[in-house]
Amino acid sequence: MMEQLVKNEKKKKEIGIVFILLALISLIGGVFFGSISALQFIIPDFLNSIPFVKSRPLHVSLVVAWIFLSSIGGIYYYLPRYCNLPLFSNKLPRIHFWIFLFTGVIILTCYIIGKFGGREYWEFPPILAIPIFISWILFGFNYFKTVFKKVGQWPVYLWMWGTGIFFFLFTFSESYLWLFPYFRDNIVRDITVQWKAYGALVGSWNMLVYGTAIFVMERVKGDESVAKSKLSYLMYFLGFTNLLFGWAHHIYIVPSAPWIRYFAYFISMTELLILGKIIWNWKNSLSEAKKDFHIISYRFIVASDIWVMLNLALALVISVPAINIFTHGTHITVAHAMGSTIGINTMILLASCFFLIGDITKHQFQLQHRKIIKSGFWITNIFLMIFWLSLLFAGAEKGKLIVEDKLSFQEIMQNISPYLTVFTISGIGMFIGLLMVIFPALKAIKTYLLN
Amino acid sequence: MNSNSKRLIFGGLILSFFVYSYFVYTSGTDNDKGVHLINEQSKRGKLLFQNYNCTACHQIYGLGGYMGPDITNVISAKNKGPVYAKAFLQGGTPRMPNFHLNEKEIDELIAYLTYIDKTGISPIIDFKINYDGTVGQK
Repeated sequence: MMEQLVKNEKKKKEIGIVFILLALISLIGGVFFGSISALQFIIPDFLNSIPFVKSRPLHVSLVVAWIFLSSIGGIYYYLPRYCNLPLFSNKLPRIHFWIFLFTGVIILTCYIIGKFGGREYWEFPPILAIPIFISWILFGFNYFKTVFKKVGQWPVYLWMWGTGIFFFLFTFSESYLWLFPYFRDNIVRDITVQWKAYGALVGSWNMLVYGTAIFVMERVKGDESVAKSKLSYLMYFLGFTNLLFGWAHHIYIVPSAPWIRYFAYFISMTELLILGKIIWNWKNSLSEAKKDFHIISYRFIVASDIWVMLNLALALVISVPAINIFTHGTHITVAHAMGSTIGINTMILLASCFFLIGDITKHQFQLQHRKIIKSGFWITNIFLMIFWLSLLFAGAEKGKLIVEDKLSFQEIMQNISPYLTVFTISGIGMFIGLLMVIFPALKAIKTYLLN
Repeated sequence: MNSNSKRLIFGGLILSFFVYSYFVYTSGTDNDKGVHLINEQSKRGKLLFQNYNCTACHQIYGLGGYMGPDITNVISAKNKGPVYAKAFLQGGTPRMPNFHLNEKEIDELIAYLTYIDKTGISPIIDFKINYDGTVGQK
């Protein structure tokens, strides 16, 4: 398939599809290493050649790559085809792709041979941040040169994608401030700035993902006014405010100035408005014809809607300092991160992938494939719910054992091991479900590229 | 909402963010109770901590992986301390790989952990909850 990818690249075919192909491969790799990491929690010497110290960054980086590649692939595909905005340059996306691919391969090699030097999420040697930064500059330059051609009112997703790109560049740079002794030498400043950057960084990729969600919803619904309404913009600005200022629940216990905590606490609570709006709009009207036409995308969007509600409620709860003191440093934080990444981001991005695949195959998915995808969809979501709940229970138990019972780390791990076993088994179940969803998608892309 | 209003709100938020970031970088984070323990040895220890990706398993102030314990206060914790930490660093455990560190590296990591230990407490066990949902340390 990679051979064909190169040939296709030479033929200058649709670059968005090539990004999506690599994204789906990254997702398989990310969930595979996630399953290995989970198994190492209950069997510590499982796969000694790739210990947890390596499997965890492999898992995280591949999942982050999935989010970026699938969002970017969608943007490159949708702008010229659906937004009537031909790309400013067709060459830059290809350079972007090859930089991303080569840097990615080097990063994965570094992890496998145990060469680190960075920090959580970006564990690779810091020099590799340079090509990543350059690739995003190329993407941003091309994006803004393309969308600034558009006259009249912009749909909100164009704002969201632009915000995501701009703030990725800012927060990615901010996450490397530790290279300067002023930040690195003071641990309070170092940790605070690191998590300030990461909070907004996640917010920036959420802008890319949620922009994609609005785009797909608009197309599935067949109503372009959705993305131009006043309410959409109010929600965008509220989300943007939270991206900028609502990150500090990560560092409530770090001894930085109290005003940082109080301000973030206040901002986080404004998300109640978003939660309220989601519940209010629950099961909004949608014509059956359109729904059936994009049934796979529709299903994933509905699933993401449910996960948004659950994870937003969890995020709000753990943003209250009185609750955060029990949940911080426990598996509830993992439930928050994984629930959002898989339940929200992955569901939305799979909806986008299938929307795009529906487009290139002219909705000619074979019946057998549809059945496999539908089964995979249910298997993934059922196991994700078990996975999420087991993490919540493990975290609640751990919080209680630390704060109230004051047990040692070994005693705590022993107590929560049944939950971690359920977490691992459900993680593997989810991996199987996702494979059932991804393989037909890969097959459809392969057929498209070969023809 | 017209385009000018959107640009105004967007610009206002960005400007506030840069002002806010400046205060986070300066007065918001200048409280370091362990400043007297920052030296060349602890600085090298910090880089070693990153080079061996210790954060994959360990937390500092609750941030990091959960395969191992939070090590913010491993140096001052009851029944623990530098010798205890050193033993782990020298031989590893069934959960922790033996990184085959030399004596100099171990001393640098211990110096880094000693510095962190003085900066604050994690996890916080003695606290009081205020009426507005905030938390004060006892």
